[in-house]
Amino acid sequence: MTAHSTHEVSPGDPPYVHHMDSKTAYEAAKFGMWLFLATELLLFGVMFCSFAVYRAMYLDIFHVASQHLSKPIGAFNTAVLLFSSYMAAAAVDDAKKGNNQGVTKKLWGTILCGLVFLLVKSYEYYDKWQHELFPLHPNFSKNFAHYKSFFGLYFCMSGIHALHVIIGMFVLWFYGVRKSSKGRFSSRYFTPVELGALYWHLVDLIWIYLFPLLYLVG
Amino acid sequence: MSTHEEHHSPSHFFILGVLLFLTVVTVGVAYVDMGNFNIIVAMFVASIKALLVAVFFMHLKFEDGITRFFASVPILLLAIMIGGVFIDNPLRVDPRAPEQITQEKMKYKKEVEELKAREHGEAHH
Repeated sequence: MTAHSTHEVSPGDPPYVHHMDSKTAYEAAKFGMWLFLATELLLFGVMFCSFAVYRAMYLDIFHVASQHLSKPIGAFNTAVLLFSSYMAAAAVDDAKKGNNQGVTKKLWGTILCGLVFLLVKSYEYYDKWQHELFPLHPNFSKNFAHYKSFFGLYFCMSGIHALHVIIGMFVLWFYGVRKSSKGRFSSRYFTPVELGALYWHLVDLIWIYLFPLLYLVG
Repeated sequence: MSTHEEHHSPSHFFILGVLLFLTVVTVGVAYVDMGNFNIIVAMFVASIKALLVAVFFMHLKFEDGITRFFASVPILLLAIMIGGVFIDNPLRVDPRAPEQITQEKMKYKKEVEELKAREHGEAHH
């Protein structure tokens, strides 16, 4: 059998990569994902840094402004994301065992949690718009000019985070559910589930810091 | 892959329980006014939660040294950036005249008081 005839892969086998063996491909993919996650942390890190600077400058205004965010709603969304992260981790465990049905169920669960998170977030954004607390609202600078730094950072940080939730949901569906429903994963090949879950955990990890900063301590 | 090692680590469900418990703790602590201490407690609890997610959910516990190293590099870079900004900020010289600074500080203080009074009034409606 020549190397070329191994292009055909049976379900559960890793895809054929012509320049390295599958274990090396797995390790390289995972390492690349961690490098990407490092750059993601730096992206949010810059925003956390500016939040820290403005908070130090306008401490009392940040305190008053953050009272406009609902602690119970924020806590609920935190719990939803933590639970979704747990399900993503459980999906990886199932993928390693070759339990494709379990992967499908758990990833759908994760995606559903992401959807709940986004719906709650949309309600919060809508509520802020109704109270004219959105910096682009025509009445914002008239009534709430002092809140510009807090709500500017709030919408910027939570908005980019929400974008990550949307991308994460798509990644888990595109690279996870679509393949697990065809029975593609096994103890020999589960890279896409693991990398998708890593991305999802990062989204959760960032929210772990965003929630207390924006909702709790202001 | 190190599946046999993973039997010795706490289950993901247990970690979820700890994470939810810590969330309840942070929210509870937020309702107690401790001044500047609030943010220290909140960031400390958040860091424990982040560590739990990274070590157990993201399986950093079972990764090799180089992955762990590259996972911690951004923390170091962030520390340098935030530390640098907080060293730079207080050392900046305000180009305005001292009287003007005092005046604007008074104005700002008055505006914040008005804002607080307004928010307080709205809360009672």
